[in-house]
Amino acid sequence: MSNLLDIENLSVRFPTRSGTFEAVRGISLSLGKERLGIVGESGSGKSMTGRAILGLIRKPGEVTADRLEMQGESLLTASPKRMRAIRGKHISMIMQDPKYSLNPVMTVGDQIIEALRTHEKVNKAQARARALEMLDAVAIREPERVMKLYPHEVSGGMGQRIMIAMMLIPNPEILIADEPTSALDVSVQLQVLEIMDRLVRERGMGLIFISHDLNLVAGFCDRVAVMYAGRIVEVCEAGKLHEAKHPYTLGLLNSVPDLERPRPRLEALTRDPAWREAPSVSAML
Amino acid sequence: MSQTEIQIEGLEVFFGDGHERTRVVHGIDLSVAQGESYGLVGESGSGKSTVLRALVGLVPDWHGAMRVGGESLQRLGRSKEFYRRVQMVFQDPYASLHPRQTVDRVLSETLALHGIRDGVDARIDRLLEQVGLGGGFRFRYPHQLSGGQRQRVAIARALALDPKVMLFDEPTSALDVSVQAEILNLLSDLRSEFGLTYLMVSHDLGVIGHMCDRVAVMQTGEIVETLEVDAMRKLQAEHPYTRHLLDSALRSSGHAGMAEVQRTAG
Repeated sequence: MSNLLDIENLSVRFPTRSGTFEAVRGISLSLGKERLGIVGESGSGKSMTGRAILGLIRKPGEVTADRLEMQGESLLTASPKRMRAIRGKHISMIMQDPKYSLNPVMTVGDQIIEALRTHEKVNKAQARARALEMLDAVAIREPERVMKLYPHEVSGGMGQRIMIAMMLIPNPEILIADEPTSALDVSVQLQVLEIMDRLVRERGMGLIFISHDLNLVAGFCDRVAVMYAGRIVEVCEAGKLHEAKHPYTLGLLNSVPDLERPRPRLEALTRDPAWREAPSVSAML
Repeated sequence: MSQTEIQIEGLEVFFGDGHERTRVVHGIDLSVAQGESYGLVGESGSGKSTVLRALVGLVPDWHGAMRVGGESLQRLGRSKEFYRRVQMVFQDPYASLHPRQTVDRVLSETLALHGIRDGVDARIDRLLEQVGLGGGFRFRYPHQLSGGQRQRVAIARALALDPKVMLFDEPTSALDVSVQAEILNLLSDLRSEFGLTYLMVSHDLGVIGHMCDRVAVMQTGEIVETLEVDAMRKLQAEHPYTRHLLDSALRSSGHAGMAEVQRTAG
């Protein structure tokens, strides 16, 4: 089995007062040493898919799957202790907003060192050297100075690069990036993405890139899975996005205002109830 | 030549007190003609939202001269006539609507504040119609609405007093692209229907390019360049920062970067 991840028929459900809400409705996908994009609107289940993989769905939420395996090891039956070891060491996740995912009362350096020492037996001096090296790899100038800063003293773009450094320092095989740049300015967005992209390629990691921005995903991924209402409606190679056929994918592509091709009106998406009911497309390799 | 609706001269805005007082807007000039749609772009911290906030009287410490529709603006506090003329729509519809007030209450309070008591009922129905929400939404609470629907309510609230000028602070950046398209279409329709003047802040050049006639690019509290949208589309920007913004916008939307565009162009 050479796939990093194999997921078959994954569902995520939440009980509500008015019955069960199914956020993810039986999707199947696998991840090789590649960059897979998951795209969809808010509420399409894309983030829940990422969280389910890491076992981050809290009760009363419920995750079921025929198969949820990391390199052959089931993540559904893994003990909480084993899951803690897997998170960070094998699968890391970068969340949307560095403001909420960095510890506000710990210096940046201490947080990165903690991330490393949780998973590897290294002494303090070595850990510090590795942290500095990692900050340098995410293009942070004066890493010595930045190590001593608290999260509120760094900008959003810097915070997100620090998150990337922290997530990559234990050398995981899989990185899940959930809207890693939506909280950032356009001008820093690309820089952060390029850094992430370079590190993922250099280290031969698998990347799941979750985003609402189809065009952005297409530029940074090999394959794209488009999600709608908890199911995958279309899977295509990123380079062939313009050959996409599903009306939802086309609708998403056309609703973006284009600087170079002005139109008097933007195309609004008309949702077909049949999209909800159509069976999920498999994104298995 | 059409009349000037918004005139800003030498606007300086300060934050903080005493020795911590810092200048965040460094003397900008801006004029928006009646019926025009004007865009302000720049990264976070460039002062673009602060300009809007100073206009509507949410920032106490500013110097310079600002006029809207011929009326000179005081440091703080605006006349009732001003708020009838100028309305603002904020970025996050989750934060700008009172969570415990129904849509009906939000809209009727705005009208009541301005002494409108006649035909409130019909007026609210018409407002909801205008922003593409049916009467069925009238007695809902914000948590029963989607992000796009909430932004429509915020727009209806701004429209309630028949303003001439609407200020938008990142009106669609909290929304999905598909919903963004609907809201932008709505804003275009309203502008042509009521002959409104728009001043819109966004970091998204695609949105600004779609909605506006002219654009001012801001960086660290200064306007570094103003240009016509046509020029922006043809990538005829002079200032390196504008070029950098354009380049990022093009590349993140899957186009060739500016260097490549220009290489192929000639």
